[in-house]
Amino acid sequence: MRLLPCGDRAILVEVTDAAERRRLDATLRHRPLPGTVEHVPGARTVLVVASAAHHLPEIAAALRDLVLDAPEATDETDELVVEVRYDGPDLDDVATHLGITRSEVVARHTGQVWTVEFAGFAPGFAYLTGSEGDLEVPRRHSPRTRIPAGSVGLAGPYSGVYPRPSPGGWQLIGRTDVTLWDAERDPPALLTPGRHVRFVEVAS
Amino acid sequence: MKALVVEAVGPLALVEDLGRPGHASVGVTGSGAADRRALRLANRLLGNAEGAAGVEVLLGGLAVRADGAVRVCVTGAPAPVLVDGRAAPLGAPLDLRDGQLLTLGMPSTGLRTYLAVRGGLAEPHVLGSASTDPTMGVGPDPLTPGRRLAVGSPPDREPAADVDVAAPEPPPVTDVVLRVVLGPRDDWFAPSAVDALTSQPWTVTAESDRVGVRLAGPALDRADTGTSRELLSEAVVRGAVQVPHSGQPLVFLADHPTTGGYPVVAVVVDDDTDVLAQLRPGERVRFRRVPRGW
Repeated sequence: MRLLPCGDRAILVEVTDAAERRRLDATLRHRPLPGTVEHVPGARTVLVVASAAHHLPEIAAALRDLVLDAPEATDETDELVVEVRYDGPDLDDVATHLGITRSEVVARHTGQVWTVEFAGFAPGFAYLTGSEGDLEVPRRHSPRTRIPAGSVGLAGPYSGVYPRPSPGGWQLIGRTDVTLWDAERDPPALLTPGRHVRFVEVAS
Repeated sequence: MKALVVEAVGPLALVEDLGRPGHASVGVTGSGAADRRALRLANRLLGNAEGAAGVEVLLGGLAVRADGAVRVCVTGAPAPVLVDGRAAPLGAPLDLRDGQLLTLGMPSTGLRTYLAVRGGLAEPHVLGSASTDPTMGVGPDPLTPGRRLAVGSPPDREPAADVDVAAPEPPPVTDVVLRVVLGPRDDWFAPSAVDALTSQPWTVTAESDRVGVRLAGPALDRADTGTSRELLSEAVVRGAVQVPHSGQPLVFLADHPTTGGYPVVAVVVDDDTDVLAQLRPGERVRFRRVPRGW
């Protein structure tokens, strides 16, 4: 682990790979460090945010001594089932890119466990990776200006669901009616780091 | 319930408190007042908790009518304050009688003026805060004429006797010095670029908002010009100086995205981001390097 400065209220912890980041994220979730407000995972980093500047030295010391011993899947990570109608406008392009059929794309997407790696882009938007790693596709050459809420997409090693209408460049393979972000609900976001997701096909 | 009823708005008027920290891991940013010092001062002057919700007014233009007798306070960018057409002071409690109209003109310097009310605005909370993030549509909608802002119950206590009743100094206009801690990704940049960051003045551009302040100055070149190294998404904070391929930095403010894909060369000390939030396009800033605190 490498500790990088990030202003007077945070430390960015860089790790070697996604697996180590998952262990660090799980450890901090399991046992938050004193003096911290939150920790925010990224692809190969976890940002640790202090409640005040004077807590940074003790946080840095605690991070240096940290043993990444929390189990990756904790009890809160009960599997979320997301029903998807696989009728996305980019399904053919994805199939062509991977050299498989449309139905094989669906079979791969529904046939593995996906894990929330980190969030970003918008409230409730999460980057998920699959246990098989066999659905990697590039972003679209030109992003769409408006993607409907509930669109299920692929980009790079990730799959994600657009929580609200927005522009975006992901390859769209389907749609879901699951509301991933609802400010009136407690909790508002369903996809929290470490949570496992399984996509299930329903009729269009 | 007592209320402030909006009769007119300028370019943008938002309900803001001190934001919603602690939810970046689900993509929800901190938001809150862009100039938190100004909102805190207004609340202290009214005896409120420092984080009570008020109105953040960009470049004046707000008019509100009191429904019931209320005590208010105006801080931040020095906008002319009128109560039923009569000039009223900034940085001091003002008693509005039922039906009186308070208007804010164009501030002489700075961008954002704050209107707080004794008891705070009783707006619904999302994740513990009444703040509006207009970019992501979190929190109350931006204010429009006709909007009724209910006022909460006044606190039991009066303002402390030693509260700073003097009007705050007006926001600085130019050549403001902001403290920065280098990193986390200063090693992505050429040593000359890191020097330029802290030795050259930077000009605030018009492409600035609550998400961030875009600066113009010498291009900050990467150390590996010519290669296509890309940063993997990582969390960013308020005050992060992010440098996209153009080499022109963007300093994140209250409504910054929770993660970013461009390297952050340095991070402005949190307190100094409130000063930055008051700078107008064309005004200049300098960065002064300070050591990390650990």
